[in-house]
Amino acid sequence: MSDKTVSQSPNLSRRSLLKAGLATGVAAGAVGTARAGGDPLITEIQDWNRYLGEGVQARPYGMPSEYEAHVVRRDVEWLTASTESSINFTPLHELDGIITPNGICFERHHGGIAEINPADHRLMINGLVDTPLVFTMEDLKRFPRENRVYFLECAANSGMEWRGSQLNGCQYTHGMVHCVVYTGVPLKLLLEEAGIKTNAKWVMPEGADASAMTRSIPMEKALDDCLVAFKMNGEALRPEQGYPLRMVVPGWEGNMWVKWLRRIEVGDEPWHQREETSKYTDLLENGKARRFTWVMDPKSVITNPSPQAPISHGKGPLVISGVAWSGNGRITRVDVSLDGGRNWKTARIDGPSLPKAMHRFYLDIDWDGSDLLLQSRAMDEHGYYQPTKNELRVSRGENSIYHNNGIQTWHVKADGTVENVEVS
Amino acid sequence: RDGGVFGLGREALPEEIAAWDIDIRPDGAGLPVGSGTVADGEVLYTDNCAVCHGDFGEGVGRWPVLAGGHDTLADERPEKTIGSYWPYLSTVYDYVRRAMPYGNARSLSDDDVYALTAYLLYLNDIVDDEDFELSNENFTDIRLPNEENFFFDDRDEEPHYAQKGEPCMSDCKADAVKITQRARILDVTPGSVDDDQAA
Repeated sequence: MSDKTVSQSPNLSRRSLLKAGLATGVAAGAVGTARAGGDPLITEIQDWNRYLGEGVQARPYGMPSEYEAHVVRRDVEWLTASTESSINFTPLHELDGIITPNGICFERHHGGIAEINPADHRLMINGLVDTPLVFTMEDLKRFPRENRVYFLECAANSGMEWRGSQLNGCQYTHGMVHCVVYTGVPLKLLLEEAGIKTNAKWVMPEGADASAMTRSIPMEKALDDCLVAFKMNGEALRPEQGYPLRMVVPGWEGNMWVKWLRRIEVGDEPWHQREETSKYTDLLENGKARRFTWVMDPKSVITNPSPQAPISHGKGPLVISGVAWSGNGRITRVDVSLDGGRNWKTARIDGPSLPKAMHRFYLDIDWDGSDLLLQSRAMDEHGYYQPTKNELRVSRGENSIYHNNGIQTWHVKADGTVENVEVS
Repeated sequence: RDGGVFGLGREALPEEIAAWDIDIRPDGAGLPVGSGTVADGEVLYTDNCAVCHGDFGEGVGRWPVLAGGHDTLADERPEKTIGSYWPYLSTVYDYVRRAMPYGNARSLSDDDVYALTAYLLYLNDIVDDEDFELSNENFTDIRLPNEENFFFDDRDEEPHYAQKGEPCMSDCKADAVKITQRARILDVTPGSVDDDQAA
C-alpha cells in the first residue's frame, strides 16, 4: 500500500491506519540504512524536479495537498437522529500548534447551516435598553474591533466517554473543540450604543437559523470579554461557523457562542430557554441537575500518539504532543504520565500561552518499545487541575452528558498501535 | 442617528421587535394572547409531530422522547422528558413556536402552540382532561414536576477542584495500573473493524 493510496482513502480505518503506519515504518527503516546504489528518490530525477508545476492562479483559494486529504472533519452517524442537528469532529491528531484551520473546525448545528447574504443580515438589540437598535453588517464594521485567540469547546465534548472508553481516537473523544483568532466588536460597545438600563442583568443572543438558538448570559460576562465576531483566522466566518456574525463567549461552553447572530435581548432575569433547561444542564447521580454550568474546566489530551496516530517508527526518540485549555484562563502546566498516572513529568508548553486559548505541549522521550499508559493533566492559572474521570464520576455519576474534562488514557502497545482505555 | 457613543445603527421599529422578539420567560413574560385545547392539540400533534416524536411522545428511533420517564432521573438510564425533567412550561411554548416542527419552523400559529402545549401536558399526565384549555390567562398556573430539582453551578466545590495546590507527581498509585475498559471491545468507532471488512 503506497502512502498516496492511504492518504486518499475516504474513510481511514484503524486497520488501514495500522497498515499505513507499518508501511511508513518500513520505508523509514530503508532510509535509515542506505540501500545499495542509493535511494532512487535521490539518485533518480523526479517529475517535480523536471517539469513545471501549476501557475500562480491555478488555485485562487488554495486547498491542502492531496496527500493530506485524510485530514478532515468526521462524524459518528449513530450519535444523532439527523445530520442537521448533529456534530462532527476536528482531526486533532493531525494538527499541531494552537490554531485550527477554518475548514476543519468542528461543526455543531441544531437546524443545519443557515446560508445568509451579509447584505440581508441584521442585528437587533432590544429589551431593557434606552434605544432598541438595528445594525447592518456595514454598521458593525465601523465599531472599534479586537482580535483574540480563544478555544471553543462543545459542552458535550468527551460526553460519550462518561460510562467508559467508547470511541477510539482523539478526534472522536476530544474533537468538539477548535481554536482560532476571532475579529469582532466587543459586545460591551454595542450594548453601550443602545444604552442598557440599570435593572438590566442578563442578555440573550439569538440565532437567525431554523433552530433560532437562544441562551441567557449574565450581564457581567457580556460586559467583560464577549465579542460579536465576523472574522476567524483573518477571513470571514465560514457559513458553518455562523457567517456573517457570531457570538464569542470566551472560556464558556460552545452552545452559548450563538451563530448567525441576529438579535440580543437585554433583560432582568434569565429566560430558561430549551438549551439551558432540557439541554446543557448536568444531571447528577441523585437526580438533581446543575444549570448554568458555563465555564469549560481545565482539560488536555495527548493527540500524538493516539489511536488514529499510532507510532510507526519503532523505538527511540518519540515526540509526545498534545493540547490543553481552560475556560478559567491560561494553562500554566501540563504533566504527562507514561504509566497510567503513577508518575508524572512536566511537559514543555510551546507557542503562545493565551488565556482561554488552546496551548500546545510536548514531552520528548526515548521509547524503549514497551507498553505505555499515556495520560496528560492540565493545570490553569487559578490552580485548578484536570481531574481523573473516576474523580468526576464520584462527584457526578455517569449521566451528566456535558463537561467531561477527565484525564484521558491511551494504551500504547509494543507494535505502536494505540487504544482508548480506562485504567484503575 | 442621535445618541449612543458612535451614532451607529438605527432605532428598531415596534413591528420589527414584535417579529423577532418571541421569547417567553417562566413568569409568563412574552406570552401572546391566545388559547388551545388538548383535543385541538392532539390533531395538530398527529399531523405535525408524531412522525418523529411518536403517537404518545415516546420518540421514533433516535428522535427526542417528549413524555414519560417519571421518577427515572436517579436511575442508571434516566429518561429526560418534558414531564420528567423540564423545569418550566414556558420553555415548551417558546421552543415549539421558535423551532418546531423540525424543518418547518415558525409555521404554527400562537393558538396552535397553546393547543400543542396543552396536549404535551396531557401526554405527560400533568392535565388529564381532554377539554382542558391552555391560554395566556392560566399558563403560569401550571408547574412542571421537576422545577425544584435544578441548582446553580457549584462545580468548584467538588473535591478535585476545591483542593487546588500541588498534585501528586510520583508513586501516586500503590499498585501497578490495570486496564479496566477498552474502546476496542465496544468497537463503535466509524471505520473500525466491521466497516473495514464491509469496504
